[in-house]
Amino acid sequence: MNALPWTIYVSFAGALLALLAGRRSPAAARVVALVSAAAAWGIALVAAVRFVPNPAGLQTLVDVPWIPQMGIRYCLAADGISLTLVILTGLAATAGILFSWNIEERAGEFFAFYLTLIGGVYGVFLSADAFLFFVFYEIAIVPKYFLIAIWGSTNREYGAMKLALYSFAGSSLVLAGILWAYVSGGGQSFALGDLAAAASHFTHAQQIGMFTLVFLGFAVLAGMFPFHTWAPTGHVAAPTGASMLLAGVVMKLGAYGCLRVALPLFPVGLAFWQPVILWLAVIGIVYAGLVALVQDDFKFVIGYSSVSHMGFVLLGLAAANARAVSGAVLQMFSHGVIAGLLFAVVGRMVYERTHTRKFADLRLMSLYRRLPFAAVVFVIAGLASMGMPGFSGFPAELTILIGVWQTSPWCTVVAALGVLVAAAFTLRAIQVAFFGAPSEAPVAGDSGPLPPITLAEKSGAVLLIGATVLIGLRPDLLLDLIRPALQSPVFQAVFNGGAP
Amino acid sequence: MNTNYTELFFALRPEAFLVAGALAVLGLDLSIGRRLDDAQRLTQALAVGAFSVLCACALAWAGPRGAVFGGAFMFDRFAVATRLGVLALTLLVLGVASAARSPRNSAEFVAVILFAATGFTLMAAVQQLLLSFLALELASLSLYVLAGFDKGRPESSEAGLKYFLFGGMAAAFLLFGFSLVYGIAGSIDLPEIGTRISMLPHSPLLAVALAMILVALGFKLAAAPFHLWAPDVYEGAPTASAALVASASKLAGITFFTRLLWVGFGGAAGDVSSLSAASGWLPGLAAIAALSMLIGNFGALAQQSIRRLLAYSAIAHSGALLLGVMAAARVGAAPVFYYAATYGIATVGAFGVIAVAERSGPCQRISDLAGLYRRSPLLAGCLAVFILSLAGIPPLAGFYGKFAVFAAALQLGGLAGPAGWLAVMAIGLSALALYYYLIVLKQALVTAPAGDAKPIAVPVAAGVTLVAAAALILLFGVRPSLLLDLF
Repeated sequence: MNALPWTIYVSFAGALLALLAGRRSPAAARVVALVSAAAAWGIALVAAVRFVPNPAGLQTLVDVPWIPQMGIRYCLAADGISLTLVILTGLAATAGILFSWNIEERAGEFFAFYLTLIGGVYGVFLSADAFLFFVFYEIAIVPKYFLIAIWGSTNREYGAMKLALYSFAGSSLVLAGILWAYVSGGGQSFALGDLAAAASHFTHAQQIGMFTLVFLGFAVLAGMFPFHTWAPTGHVAAPTGASMLLAGVVMKLGAYGCLRVALPLFPVGLAFWQPVILWLAVIGIVYAGLVALVQDDFKFVIGYSSVSHMGFVLLGLAAANARAVSGAVLQMFSHGVIAGLLFAVVGRMVYERTHTRKFADLRLMSLYRRLPFAAVVFVIAGLASMGMPGFSGFPAELTILIGVWQTSPWCTVVAALGVLVAAAFTLRAIQVAFFGAPSEAPVAGDSGPLPPITLAEKSGAVLLIGATVLIGLRPDLLLDLIRPALQSPVFQAVFNGGAP
Repeated sequence: MNTNYTELFFALRPEAFLVAGALAVLGLDLSIGRRLDDAQRLTQALAVGAFSVLCACALAWAGPRGAVFGGAFMFDRFAVATRLGVLALTLLVLGVASAARSPRNSAEFVAVILFAATGFTLMAAVQQLLLSFLALELASLSLYVLAGFDKGRPESSEAGLKYFLFGGMAAAFLLFGFSLVYGIAGSIDLPEIGTRISMLPHSPLLAVALAMILVALGFKLAAAPFHLWAPDVYEGAPTASAALVASASKLAGITFFTRLLWVGFGGAAGDVSSLSAASGWLPGLAAIAALSMLIGNFGALAQQSIRRLLAYSAIAHSGALLLGVMAAARVGAAPVFYYAATYGIATVGAFGVIAVAERSGPCQRISDLAGLYRRSPLLAGCLAVFILSLAGIPPLAGFYGKFAVFAAALQLGGLAGPAGWLAVMAIGLSALALYYYLIVLKQALVTAPAGDAKPIAVPVAAGVTLVAAAALILLFGVRPSLLLDLF
C-alpha cells in the first residue's frame, strides 16, 4: 500500500531512462518502457491485494509540506476507487507498450512521452491535494500532444492540437474553480478534505458557480456531450499505444476529477445541475452511438463508441447514489480495458497491415481469413463492448442502469436504448470489416499475405481479454474495493445532496 | 536628511563592483585585447564581466538591510531578492552573449550590459524620485545602446532608434509626472509622499501625475497600449540585448513600479473590488493589464517570426505581472517577484536557444526552428523546457508563477469584482496561449528538418548557460519555496 507512490516515480524514472536508452537503440527503449510499466503495474497489484478498506475514506500514503506559503502539501492518498483506476492504468500502459512494439522512429522519445503521461495519470489518481491533483493533471496534457503530432496518422497535427487545447481549456476552468474555492475558503489549504469542509459554508450560489466551473472542466476531458468532439478526432489521429491510453485511461481522468473533486466539494452544485447532466450523459450515449453507426472509417467507430461508453460513466456519477457511482467506477475500468482492445485491433493489427481503415476497402479484404487472430479478438472485444454477460461491460452498465433507475427512470429507459445502438454499430463494424465479402474474389494486389500477428500483440491482447473476462465473471473483485470507498462520509454527503 | 556616505558606499558595493567591472573590461580590452583575435576578446570580456557580476551577487546577498542614506534606498527583502534576480539574469545573458558568431566591439557590449545591470540593481532598491529617475535612465540608456549595437544591420539600428524615441517620450512623461508629484506633496522621498498624499484630498493634479507615471510604466514593461516598440526591438536587436530587455529589465521594472506605486501612492490606490467603487490608479492599472493580456495573446497568434512571437508573449506576461502588482499590497510581493524572475529565466533561455541556432543559419521565422530535435537534441530539449514554462505547464516554474499571481488577484474581492474577472480572463487566455507556444514546439520537435539544414554545434559556455537555465526552471518549479523563502 505504502509503495503506491512509487508507481509515479517508477514511471517518471522510466521516461528518463527510455529517453537515454533510445539513443542506443529502439529495442532498448522498448524494453526499458515495458519493464517500468510492468513494474508500476506490479506495485499497484500488490497494493490491491494487501489493501484493507477503511470506512473513513482516503488512506494517506505521503503527506509533507510542499509550498507552505500557500498551504500546499504534497499529499498522496488512496482508497478503493483510486486503487481500481491505478490498476487499470498499469494494465493499459503495459498493454499499450506491447502494442507499440513496432515503433522504430524516435522510439526513445516516444516511450519517454508515453511514460511521462502515465506518471501524470498515476499522480492524478493518487492526489489528495487539489493543487497536486491539478499539477499531475496538467503534466498529462503536453505528452498527449507530442504522441499524436509526431507518431500519429490521419490529420495528426489538427487532432493533436484540438485535443491539447480542449484539455487545457478544460483544465483552465478547473483551475478557476479551485482557486475560487481556495480564496473563498480563506486561502488556508488545498487539501481536498479541507476544501470540502470550507465549501460547506459557502452560499448556494457560490457552490453552484464553483461546481459549474470544476465539473465542466473535468467533463470536457471525460468527453461529455457536447464537448466530446476532440475525442474521436484525437483518438483516431493518435498512434495505437497512445489511443489505447487516451481513450482507456486519460478520459477517466476527467471522470475521476468529477468524482473526486467536483462532487465531494460542491454537492449542492450537483443537486442543482443533476437533471441537466443526466440528460446530457444520456444524449451523449445515444448520439455518439448513432454517429458511430454511420462512420466509414473503422477507427472513428471506436472513437465514437468511447464517447458513448463514457456517457454511461457520467450518467452513473450524476445519478449520485452508491449503486450508480460504483457502477460508474466499474465502467471506467471496463471501458479502459475494452477501448484499449478495440483500438489495438483497429489501429495496430488491421491498419498497420492493410494501411487502410475505410470500410469500403476493408470490406473487400476478407480479413477473417487473412487475420483470423485479429478477427477473433475483435469479436470478443465487440461482445464485451456490447455489454454481453461474461464480460466486464455487462455488470458495469447493468449496475449503472439499476442505480440510475432510483434517480430517474426515464434516463434509464433512453440509456438502455443506447445499449441497443451499441450492439448495432459494433455488429456492423464486425460484419463489414472482417466478414465483408466472403464469396467475391479479392481484388488483385490486396491478396498478398499480410504480416503475421506478432507475439507482443498476442500477449497484449491476451492480457486485456483476460482482464475483461475476469471482471465479467467476478465483478466483486473490484466492487469490493469500490463499495467501501463510497461508504465514506465524503461520498455519503454527496449522495444526500450536501446534507451531512 | 541623514547623509552618511560611508553607509551609502557600503550598501552600494554591488553597483561599485559592476562599474569597476565594466571599466576593467574596457581597460583590459584596450591593453591585452589588442593582441587577441575577436573570439578571444569576447571570451576575456565575458570572463571579467561574469566575475564582477558574481562578486556583485555575493555583495548584494551580504549587504545591509533596511533604509539607507536617509531613506533614499530601501533594502527590504523585495529589493534584495530583486537585486539577486537581476544579477543572476545578467549572468545568463552574458552566457547567451558568448554564443555570438562574429563578435565585434565585444568589450563595449559587455561593459554596457554591466552598466545596464547597475541601473537594474539601483532600480530594485531606490525610494526617492530623483534617484529613481537616474536609475531608470541609466538602465534605459544602456538598453538603447545595446538594442542598436549591431551597427551593420539596419534592423538593429531601427530597433535602437525606435526604442530610444519611445523610451525618451516615456521618460519625459515620467519626469513631468514626478515634478507634479513634487508640487503636490512637497517631497521627493516616496514614504514621505505616501504619508502626505493619503492626508490630502483628491486633486485632479494628482490624477494627471499618476496617469503620466502609468504611461511610463506601460512603456517600461511593454504593456499595452504602450507596447508598440517591443516587437520591433525584439526582432531587430542583437539576441543577447533582446534577452536582457525581456528579462532583467522587466524584473527590475516590476520591482521599481511596485515600490513607486504602493509606497508613494498607496493612499491613492483606490479600489477594484467592484466596478461601481472603482477609483484611484488601480483601475487604470487593471485596464492596462487587461489590454496587455488581450493584445499580447491575440497578437502572438498571428506571428510568423519567433522573436515577434516572444515579444507578444512578453506583452501578455506583462499583463499577468500587473495583476501581481495590483495584489502586492494585499498578499505581498512574493508572487509577482517569483513570476517575473522565473519568466526572465525562461525568456533568456528561449533567446539563448535562438542565439545558438543563429550560428548555423538565420533564425527569425518560427519555421527556421524546424527539425531542431535532429539538428541539436540539447537545444530542442532546452527550448521545450523554456517554452512550456512560458506556457505555464507544471512542473515548470511558469506554472506556479501564474498560479500564485492569479490566486493573489482573486484575493482582491473574489470572483465578483473586476480583479477577479481579470484573473479569470487571464486563466482563459492561458489556454489560448498554449496554442502559439505549441506551434513553436511543433516546429522544433515534430517537423522534420529542411533538406539543407545542418546540425548545430553548441558552444560550451552557451550550452552550460542553457542547461543551467533549464535546470533552474525545473528546480524552482518543483520547489517554489526556494525563491519564496527570500521573502
